[in-house]
Amino acid sequence: MEPDMESENVSGEPPVRAEITLIVNGREHRLAVDTRASLLDVLREELGLTGTKKGCDHGQCGACTILVGGRRANGCLALAVAHDGADIVTVEGLAHGDELSPLQAAFIERDAFQCGYCTPGQLCSATAVLDEAARGWPSVVTPDVAAEPELDEPEIRERMSGNICRCGAYVNIVAAVRQAAARETAGRRPTERQAAGREAAGHGGAGQGPTEREAAR
Amino acid sequence: MRPFTYERARSADEALALHDGDTHYLGGGTNLVDLMRLGVERPARLVDVTRLPYDRIEEHGGGLLIGAAVRNSDLAADRTVRERYPVLAEAVLAGASGQIRNQATVGGNLLQRTRCSYFQNVTKPCNKRDPGSGCPAREGEHHNLAILGHTPHCVATHPSDMAVALAVLDASVRVRGGSGERGVRLDEFYRLPGDDPSRDTTLDPGDLVTGIQVPPLGMASRYRKVRERASFAFALVSVAAALDVADGKVLDCRVALGGVAHRPWRARRAEEMLRGAPATEESYLRAARAEMEAAQPLRDNGFKVPLATNLIVRTLSELAPSKPGDGS
Repeated sequence: MEPDMESENVSGEPPVRAEITLIVNGREHRLAVDTRASLLDVLREELGLTGTKKGCDHGQCGACTILVGGRRANGCLALAVAHDGADIVTVEGLAHGDELSPLQAAFIERDAFQCGYCTPGQLCSATAVLDEAARGWPSVVTPDVAAEPELDEPEIRERMSGNICRCGAYVNIVAAVRQAAARETAGRRPTERQAAGREAAGHGGAGQGPTEREAAR
Repeated sequence: MRPFTYERARSADEALALHDGDTHYLGGGTNLVDLMRLGVERPARLVDVTRLPYDRIEEHGGGLLIGAAVRNSDLAADRTVRERYPVLAEAVLAGASGQIRNQATVGGNLLQRTRCSYFQNVTKPCNKRDPGSGCPAREGEHHNLAILGHTPHCVATHPSDMAVALAVLDASVRVRGGSGERGVRLDEFYRLPGDDPSRDTTLDPGDLVTGIQVPPLGMASRYRKVRERASFAFALVSVAAALDVADGKVLDCRVALGGVAHRPWRARRAEEMLRGAPATEESYLRAARAEMEAAQPLRDNGFKVPLATNLIVRTLSELAPSKPGDGS
């Protein structure tokens, strides 16, 4: 990380460091980071969590997608210094021990990858897609933006558009997300679905994520 | 990337006090961090304003006050916004990706910079980035640049979808500056390039955007966007429209265009022609053509003229099908 940033630093000014705390996959880390470092670089270079991938480093490919406070984000565009205290989940934190998350299992079952480079980002992104849909968030292809969306194929394709797959495994990625969505909907009790709808009905404040939803169960 | 110091403002006053000439306020960073990585922006200090108390959407004077630190995804998911201002929810959802909308703030969305490839490439001249260096886009790659209101100095377009909806909603931007807080109508917030394209807005250095005031609408509204791929791309042309029809006549109408100018383009000529006119496709087409008479397409973006014309007609037709008695 350092050599890369130094080579682009033509000003000759010394780096600035700042102390931050990150909670990553449930573990707390105290770190002194270069203010220029992205969450992506800190996860990979400082914490050795190389599951999260660097693709374009410009927020266009989604390979670096992680969950920050339960919400999906591009790690490459997030300055680590601005995320002091953040609760982060990476692809390494999606499974419970040896038990894969339903989405991870669906990706294997549906053969939703070829080279696998984009897969960690696809998994984190799709995890959030399921949560956003459960909370009643619309998308630009939702016919009536005020109505509750159903996660059909056009919705999944639109909602996953921030994740590029150069191998072109989209057909199977969509199938895997659909399968996981169907299982989640079937598994959720009607009262929980209503509660999710009510939550989405309120005026939005930041920081409501799946971790809080999970905690409420 | 140039090293910078990072400060987290605890109040608007503190943010203003921390801002010196070489400072940028930091929202979600989805545009600013990228521009810093590209070397386009080189601030010595970032002042993080995301934890200021501007993260709420509140009822205000019959309309809404949307805090500048509200994330784009929260704005689009808000039940009141979806029901009363569908054009705004649709516009926000038409922009960027799910990840970026979670990170990007409303204030940062307003203040994002053009995606003109010359502006983003520090090895090329650009009057917006480096005043007086020239505008290679006029003769170069400009198929997605302006057709309205441009000058020899700059043909950039404003990239925000949200701002196009706000233009049609007659929104104003709440700004905190050295002399207190003021409201700036969106029309007066964004500039045309003129002979100084380096300034996108009429803000003074150090001014802090704290929110957006949206007055009540009382009309059906819609946002339509045409782009080069189905999702996660900037607009070639977009249309935000609001329409009130009774007895087959247009009572009131507002139209704004995105992707065609240095700022969201309010189609005031079309609006004037439509008020009182029959709510028919013929009226919409006549008004759209009249608006586009001002267009000055460049060598490779003439296609935007019929595209904008057709998109205006399509969007208005969807809001009020031209059957008599079929209201909005």
